[in-house]
Amino acid sequence: MNLLEVVGVTHTYGSFRSFRRKEKAATALSDISLSIGEGMCLGLLGTSGAGKSTLGKVILGVEKPTKGTVLFQGQDLYTMGAAARKHFRRDLQVVFQDSFSSVNPRMTAEKIISEPLENYERLSPSELKRNVAQLLEVVGLHADDMTKYPMQFSGGQLQRINIARAIALKPKMIVLDEPVSSLDMVTQTHILTLLNELKAEYGLSYLFITHDIRAAYSVSDALAVMDKGRVVEMVQDKDEIFSSQQPVVKKLVSSILPEHPRNRTLLNGDVFV
Amino acid sequence: MISSIRIARKSQAAILIGSATLAAFFLIAILAPWIAPNDPIQVNLVLKLSPPSFDYPLGTDHLGRCNLSRLLYGARVSLGFASLIFVAALGFGLVIGTIAGYKGGVIDAVLMRFCEGVMAFPNLVLVLGIVGLLGPGLWQVVMALMMVQWVYYARMIRNMIVGLKEQNFILAARISGSSTGKIIRRHMIPNVLPPVLVMGTLEMGWAIMDLSALSFLGLGVQPPTAEWGAMILEGKNFIRSQPELMLYPGIMILLVVISFNVLGEALSEKYGIKKR
Repeated sequence: MNLLEVVGVTHTYGSFRSFRRKEKAATALSDISLSIGEGMCLGLLGTSGAGKSTLGKVILGVEKPTKGTVLFQGQDLYTMGAAARKHFRRDLQVVFQDSFSSVNPRMTAEKIISEPLENYERLSPSELKRNVAQLLEVVGLHADDMTKYPMQFSGGQLQRINIARAIALKPKMIVLDEPVSSLDMVTQTHILTLLNELKAEYGLSYLFITHDIRAAYSVSDALAVMDKGRVVEMVQDKDEIFSSQQPVVKKLVSSILPEHPRNRTLLNGDVFV
Repeated sequence: MISSIRIARKSQAAILIGSATLAAFFLIAILAPWIAPNDPIQVNLVLKLSPPSFDYPLGTDHLGRCNLSRLLYGARVSLGFASLIFVAALGFGLVIGTIAGYKGGVIDAVLMRFCEGVMAFPNLVLVLGIVGLLGPGLWQVVMALMMVQWVYYARMIRNMIVGLKEQNFILAARISGSSTGKIIRRHMIPNVLPPVLVMGTLEMGWAIMDLSALSFLGLGVQPPTAEWGAMILEGKNFIRSQPELMLYPGIMILLVVISFNVLGEALSEKYGIKKR
């Protein structure tokens, strides 16, 4: 049994009927099926507006799809009872792209990271503090950083705090929604390395949502490519992506710029933005 | 760049002056029984309308009551009840605004249309109507002002909650297993409260104005309680011979309301908060 199973998920936004005229529904996802095994990382690629983040929210259990089911450890996310839901919640965590908007600006790092622990574990204040300190060390920060506020951290450091919060409950799976896209190249490499280490250490599964094929390649085992709400390509071995004949995939692959600027040419004269 | 520094300095000064004046007024209100030279409701017809003297530093009114003592005690009523209105309206607005903003949908629509309905009337007219229904008296006026003012808090809080709801940190809190109650307590209220308190400073000025206005109309504070609006009402019969009877309480109202407005304006400018 796979850890996560998405079966025939279709999702439309704005399908409500307003006074007298029917709103034209915008289809964000159509008939998506994929699965993620334990300890595996699926890289979900696609350009902006392809529906990657919507799929991420559907998988996280916060956006009920119009059609289809999401099974986590064989249980349907959207029909399970309150108790099962509370239990499931701790096994599936998230890291968002914008590290600054993902944390409450009025809370210290300690408060931010201890929030999930407070919700699930019965810890004394000193145990909580020790746990937070430990988590900060795991993600490459210092235990002294726990008294700082989000404004005092850089984007990369704050993303580490978000990761610390996500792994605090030792989840089975983390949805990484463009976790490195707003960081500079050096920080990106650091965070990707950290994610790889955590995956190996805790046996985590990832759904790695990104538009950056290089970032996806460095962390993922399998890759899926989305375009206009559909999965257009799915490979179990990430190296197969380079031999794909799918035009959307070819475009994504060709958008990897060579190391040296002299060799940077554009595919079929296409303009990349 | 330079002008923005100048504005910052100016608002810094305004915050200092505004809060210092208000602190002085609140101190007067609290200490009134100890610093007032005479009993504010002690009638002494022999001394009526007497000029300033050592025992009566600002003279006496038409019933021979000490003007200074009445002014000092008046601060208790104005500031005390304005604070009460502020706390009650804020509390009620916070509950309604949070429910409307968090729940959304029909509940939100119904509550907000009701608030807009209240806001559509000029404040004082609506308050007069409610006092007309409840009958004159201080508590009725306080009730009426509360019933009108909470809508401004509710609407502002509702809009802020709606904006916050879309923030990733709220979603992240939900995903980390926090309950709705915890999300509201830990993440929403602390982010909503500071700007609302700034707006409240401006609303306090309004509350004092309205309270005095209603007392002047004879609907609020009833004699013999000392209150600035009521003092103006009592003094108006002597406007030709003793204009200071109206002038003293008028100046007090002016000072307090200006202080609240200066402080409120400066704070909202400093923190970039939109006024109602």
